[in-house]
Amino acid sequence: MRYLKFIFIFLLLFNFCSSHAQQNDLEYKITKNLRCLVCQGQSVYDSDTEFANSLKLLVKKKLDDGLAEKEIYDYLKDKYGQWILFDPEFDEKTYFLWLLPILLFVIGGVLIFKLFIIRKN
Amino acid sequence: MKNKSITIIISLLLIIIFILFYKGLQNPNIYIPKSNINKKIPNFSAKLFNSSEELNSAEIFKDNQFYLMNIWSSWCVPCKDEHIFLKDLSNEKNIKIVGLNYKDKKQSAYNFLNELGNPYDIIFLDPKGIIAIDWGAYGVPETYLIRKNIIIRKIIGPLDDTHVKEIKKIIK
Repeated sequence: MRYLKFIFIFLLLFNFCSSHAQQNDLEYKITKNLRCLVCQGQSVYDSDTEFANSLKLLVKKKLDDGLAEKEIYDYLKDKYGQWILFDPEFDEKTYFLWLLPILLFVIGGVLIFKLFIIRKN
Repeated sequence: MKNKSITIIISLLLIIIFILFYKGLQNPNIYIPKSNINKKIPNFSAKLFNSSEELNSAEIFKDNQFYLMNIWSSWCVPCKDEHIFLKDLSNEKNIKIVGLNYKDKKQSAYNFLNELGNPYDIIFLDPKGIIAIDWGAYGVPETYLIRKNIIIRKIIGPLDDTHVKEIKKIIK
């Protein structure tokens, strides 16, 4: 019974998340992941510069043309370089960037395990 | 002994991380895209400024000569500043100046050219700014020196005296 309650709460929360209108919108996802090159801290979605507005139109046009998310990223990377993406892709230049947090997490876990759990026993 | 080595390793790690962040902070954080030099120019079709007909860019950039592609707009103040340099370059025989009128009102663009003169051999219209993205531009003005369909020099921001001298030297 207790588990059922948990599952019920989990599903409820999960449903609220997906009811957010733009959650599943690919256009939203892509423009959120593109960096506006004019005001460089902002995403294209949040920015209102001429450049960002044109990029929003372009993403919509490319999606209408049937391009996949990755194809749009590749197109823009070719024009502006990797920097245009907030999430850099996983390749030989970004192995360190992507793997370091996992590595630190594992090292931290091992340290905690060694210091607290083994010592307790 | 064991504790000592752990302390040394942790302090070394902290020092390395400190150096990394310190170096990172020294770097300028304004990014300027530089990826499209020596790249082939994009192909596009757009309406012309002087007539309502649509033209493919391949018909313009077909000759074996230098082209200067300039993205401009009447609302852009730096475009006004660089106009005199474009006029100067338009007197050169072996270069053709192609304009891309970026997100502009036609009447304002007319007034701009009437007031300051027209250095362009041909002007394309880009009312949505999508063609400019195809060229890898992110603002106005931007200028590309082209030969044999390859971008050989890209200038972000307004042209100045040094750019004009450099371009004249290349096209000679």
